[in-house]
Amino acid sequence: MAEIHLKSLAHSYSKKPTGPSDYAIREMNHVWEHGKAYALLGPSGCGKSTLLNIISGLLSPSGGEILFDNVKVNDIPPEDRNIAQVFQFPVVYDSMTVFNNLAFPLRNQKVPEAKVTAKVNEIAEILELHNVLHKKAKNLTADEKQKVSMGRGLVRDNVSAILFDEPLTVIDPHLKWKLRRKLKQIHEQFNITMVYVTHDQLEASTFADQIALMYEGQIVQFGTPRELFEKPNHTFVGYFIGSPGMNITEVKRIPDGVLFDDIEVPLSPALNEIVQASPSKNIKIGIRPEFVRVSQDPTEGAYQARVMYEEDLGTYKVLSIQLGQWELKAIIEENAVSPKGVAYVNFPSQWLKLYIDEYLVEDNQS
Amino acid sequence: MRKVENNKAWLLVLPVFLLVAFSAIVPLMTVVNYSVQDIFDQNNAYFVGSEWYREILRDPRLHESLLRQFMFSFAVLAIEIPLGIGIALMMPTKGKMASVCLILVAIPLLIPWNVVGTIWQIFGRADIGLFGWSLTSLGMDYNYASNPIDAWATVLLMDVWHWTPLVALLCYSGLRAIPEAFYQAARIDRASKWAIFRHIQLPKLKNVLVIGVLLRFMDSFMIYTEPFVLTGGGPGNSTTFLSQTLTQMAIGQFDLGPAAAFSLIYFLIVLLVSWLFFTTINHMDKDK
Repeated sequence: MAEIHLKSLAHSYSKKPTGPSDYAIREMNHVWEHGKAYALLGPSGCGKSTLLNIISGLLSPSGGEILFDNVKVNDIPPEDRNIAQVFQFPVVYDSMTVFNNLAFPLRNQKVPEAKVTAKVNEIAEILELHNVLHKKAKNLTADEKQKVSMGRGLVRDNVSAILFDEPLTVIDPHLKWKLRRKLKQIHEQFNITMVYVTHDQLEASTFADQIALMYEGQIVQFGTPRELFEKPNHTFVGYFIGSPGMNITEVKRIPDGVLFDDIEVPLSPALNEIVQASPSKNIKIGIRPEFVRVSQDPTEGAYQARVMYEEDLGTYKVLSIQLGQWELKAIIEENAVSPKGVAYVNFPSQWLKLYIDEYLVEDNQS
Repeated sequence: MRKVENNKAWLLVLPVFLLVAFSAIVPLMTVVNYSVQDIFDQNNAYFVGSEWYREILRDPRLHESLLRQFMFSFAVLAIEIPLGIGIALMMPTKGKMASVCLILVAIPLLIPWNVVGTIWQIFGRADIGLFGWSLTSLGMDYNYASNPIDAWATVLLMDVWHWTPLVALLCYSGLRAIPEAFYQAARIDRASKWAIFRHIQLPKLKNVLVIGVLLRFMDSFMIYTEPFVLTGGGPGNSTTFLSQTLTQMAIGQFDLGPAAAFSLIYFLIVLLVSWLFFTTINHMDKDK
């Protein structure tokens, strides 16, 4: 059980990094609280597996410190960090039975055999592996193997954390949710810190209390699934979370707001003040498709646009709308009458987000 | 729905059938044919049934040769397989050294068999060969041409030198195919070096080792050229292995019938041992 603290942590695979692009992990400071479930979410190559391997000790960071319960563990090898790690492809010891697989870490620690048996049976029961205990691990299905691989972590006493590296990649879709459910249950039962690496936002949001969204070696947002959805604090978060992602377009600064393609978007006085004060030319606005209001008739503050096409996804519809040069998506209910041709779109001000240099700018009221 | 019968496929596999017939079945049947006849010349051949087989199975020369052959193959496997695994484990995995090592290890495999025999024949001589000279200088009474034990040791050493690289290369490729995650998991599980070998590397090498053992068994069981060049089967008959006995019988004495019967028995032994081995190994994976 441990709180994991990343202190000015950075990592570069090259020996003499010259610029930020040489870093797989750019300097970061984060605290992962004891007993919580975290997801490390991001596209391939964003550094999430690197970060995971640094936490487990398989990789030594080129800069900064990792603390487990305020003890620096940089120089402690993985075998002494008391963590468990589950890999993308199930790692089982083929020649051993499931029982011996689960007993392996304990026997390596010279735990008395009576305790090994008790502990293995207990964990097998929880993981629902008791029926296959005497089968060879080689002959198991992928999801059972993944459970064995996790079980080898759970049998040990006082595991600081369990780290998962995309553990459901090779699992059949219908078993995925079952295994995910099991992970949650184990999390609740054992009160262990869990870190779960994935590129699947759905997996991340169902598994984790908090999601750390990584992009180019940085954690760009650390928050609950809801926060990431409602208040993406980086354009990448907006784009990556949600399906379809956030509508984002570049805008120019005008005296009382911003402008794109001759379409003026007024801003609240507080936001406008920040925009006017900023020297940056990189200004963007963004709104989630779920929050775009579309109607057939003109309403107050609505912009006239054209509906290009409509995709019916069964439970909701996605409209592609052309507003000036901006092609944006809007999600409407399955039963709603979708406008054809001309439509009026409205951006509720609390959902219209402003980004300067890709980062969210907020007025203090919201 | 009506099932469409299309016999064109037979036409397409016909070339393979012909090829296999000419390369394997026809020669084999010729041997079977010889083994049941007493042939004097083209026009005088008599059917003798199983007579040659009975004669061969009672031949003490063959018994000795067979025993010698099994001992040799067993010794070859017992040395080359562990040694090959050991070399593969020690070979570097990355960088220039990896390529250099691969080439060095592969060299013996590229030398023609009769040349291997010649190399060792000279190498082992006490007067001009480095190996023989060194042993003699150390005060050992080494002479592969007159001492059966020395002859055996030299043939064995030659085979180990020639063929261990094959096992090593097979194992090396097998080791490279093990994903890094296995080693990482083993580290987290605090597995010792031995445990990693026993529970990760060895099981993952199983498939290449099965191939290695089969190849080395079959090859060593049929060894001919190298001992023939090195010792000519001597001193006495001490390094006369099965295939040399067979050659003597077929070409030296021109006893085609018994030689044919011998060939078939020889073939069946190789087949049987290989099959037994393969089946046993496969059976080990199953759950009881």
